[in-house]
Amino acid sequence: MSALLEVSELSKNFGGLQAVHALSFAVEEGAILGLIGPNGAGKSTVFNLVNGVFAPDAGRVLFGGQDITGLRPHLVARSGLARTHQIVQPFAVMSVLENCIVGACFGGKNMPLEEAREAARQAAMRVGLEDRLDTPASQLTIAGKKRLELARALAAQPRLLLLDEVLAGLNPTEVERMIQVIRAIRASGVSILMIEHLMQAIMSLSDRIVVLNSGQKLAEGLPAEVANDPAVIEAYLGDPALAAELRAA
Amino acid sequence: MATLRRPFFWILAAVVALFAVLPAARGDIELRESLLLAAIYITLASNINMMLGYAGYVNFGSIVFFGLGGYVCVWLMGAHGWPLAAALVAGGTAVSALALVFGLGILRLRGVYFALSTIGVNEGVMAFVTNFAPWGGSSGIYLSPALFQPLGGPAQALWAIYYLLVGVMAASLYLSYFVKRSKFGMGLLAIGQNEDAASVLGVPTPRYKAAVYSLSAVLPAIAGGLYFFKSAFIQPPDAFDLQLSTETIVIAMLGGQGTVVGPAIGAFLYEQLRSWLLTSESFSHFQLVISGVLLLAIVLFAPGGLAGWLYRRWPRLRSILE
Repeated sequence: MSALLEVSELSKNFGGLQAVHALSFAVEEGAILGLIGPNGAGKSTVFNLVNGVFAPDAGRVLFGGQDITGLRPHLVARSGLARTHQIVQPFAVMSVLENCIVGACFGGKNMPLEEAREAARQAAMRVGLEDRLDTPASQLTIAGKKRLELARALAAQPRLLLLDEVLAGLNPTEVERMIQVIRAIRASGVSILMIEHLMQAIMSLSDRIVVLNSGQKLAEGLPAEVANDPAVIEAYLGDPALAAELRAA
Repeated sequence: MATLRRPFFWILAAVVALFAVLPAARGDIELRESLLLAAIYITLASNINMMLGYAGYVNFGSIVFFGLGGYVCVWLMGAHGWPLAAALVAGGTAVSALALVFGLGILRLRGVYFALSTIGVNEGVMAFVTNFAPWGGSSGIYLSPALFQPLGGPAQALWAIYYLLVGVMAASLYLSYFVKRSKFGMGLLAIGQNEDAASVLGVPTPRYKAAVYSLSAVLPAIAGGLYFFKSAFIQPPDAFDLQLSTETIVIAMLGGQGTVVGPAIGAFLYEQLRSWLLTSESFSHFQLVISGVLLLAIVLFAPGGLAGWLYRRWPRLRSILE
């Protein structure tokens, strides 16, 4: 396996705040890498640095061997990298299908409109929105909007998908469905970098996990290794004694 | 041609035929003048709609395209002896190129800041022209009536100008439709609803915004050329009339921003209302009061405008009227 996405020594300051500091990690081709950490650890900032919403102060982002550091978001999308947003950003007045068409038209494949319509339909089907194609996005439930975020990103037929908390706010049944969808996406050959707070889900989905705390890498490894790392437990719970107690229980 | 099978195409053809035939068949000059103004309003509203309704950028100063197009055309004809057609093409091209330059600058701004900057563009250009000696400064440019001769004398020329304006109107409506159904239009609509999300999905937002700003300048510039050639006179306050600019926005919103036919319906109704008010002794210029009230009412109660309201009641209409 070779690295599809290589992030090296990435740093970003906001004013005096060091949001991300000298962070390095890699997503292997065909793998799922989980990015976890407490609130404010800088996870979403990492996404924004990778896909060009913010330009990093230092460091490099290589995607498929190409340097995409600081490229504008639409150029990053064009290179075959798609993402979803933690706070859903649907085109409210457009239908589900039209939302997906935008993703398909302008994503990595740069499809003409007619071809994009078909790709959009398929993407909607993969996330289970096939019976809502003509529904305006604004009328979807929160679970529906989360699925739309995913469908829109998928419609672009990306090589790498960045998923920012696609499970947050879903009920257990919806979480289970979404996990199956994500598994199917990976099985189809798309690599995934995902942020998730739902521990069981990300532990079972990810091949490897990177733990972020205060913008720095705290740990990296297989899900089981990371879950038992005292430093990680302390970062999450704040108190090693409490952590030990919980582990014993 | 798939276009020929769409109802919109036939509605457009019917409207153009009515505009072309009605005044000529009845030899009705008054009707022609009223429809000429309607054609101009429809042209301006349809073009601003691509900025306002598709891309979601409020351009308060769109009249600058109309005025500059008028100036370029009148000046080329008066001072350099260009024929009308060449002067119109030159006007459309030059103004569109200038809009591209302005657009690349001011489209970095968003929302209110962009809207304010468009007023700045209009006022800035007006100040420049007012002090620009080759264009007659504040006293403007007069055209000799002799320039109507190539079109068969003044009476014939007025008919020719009318038909050309109807053609510009039809082109505006078709452009509006063509853009909306294209990939470019899809990108613009995405920008209009959520520019950041559009960019993340790969829509080349800076390029698309500048392109639509420039594209929305072409036909208004040509309409301006025709209008001021017809007047045989142009001066800065008429060319860069901010009031007309604002009315254009009211028209687009009244009819239904973002729809293809909405701005046209809005323009037609508004022109009727305006000419009805203008002819009444006590209410002349009362249209400004009414347009203010209308704008408030639309923003508060019917953000989709007339077309939006119709489409909500009869969803099938959307695919017929676009």
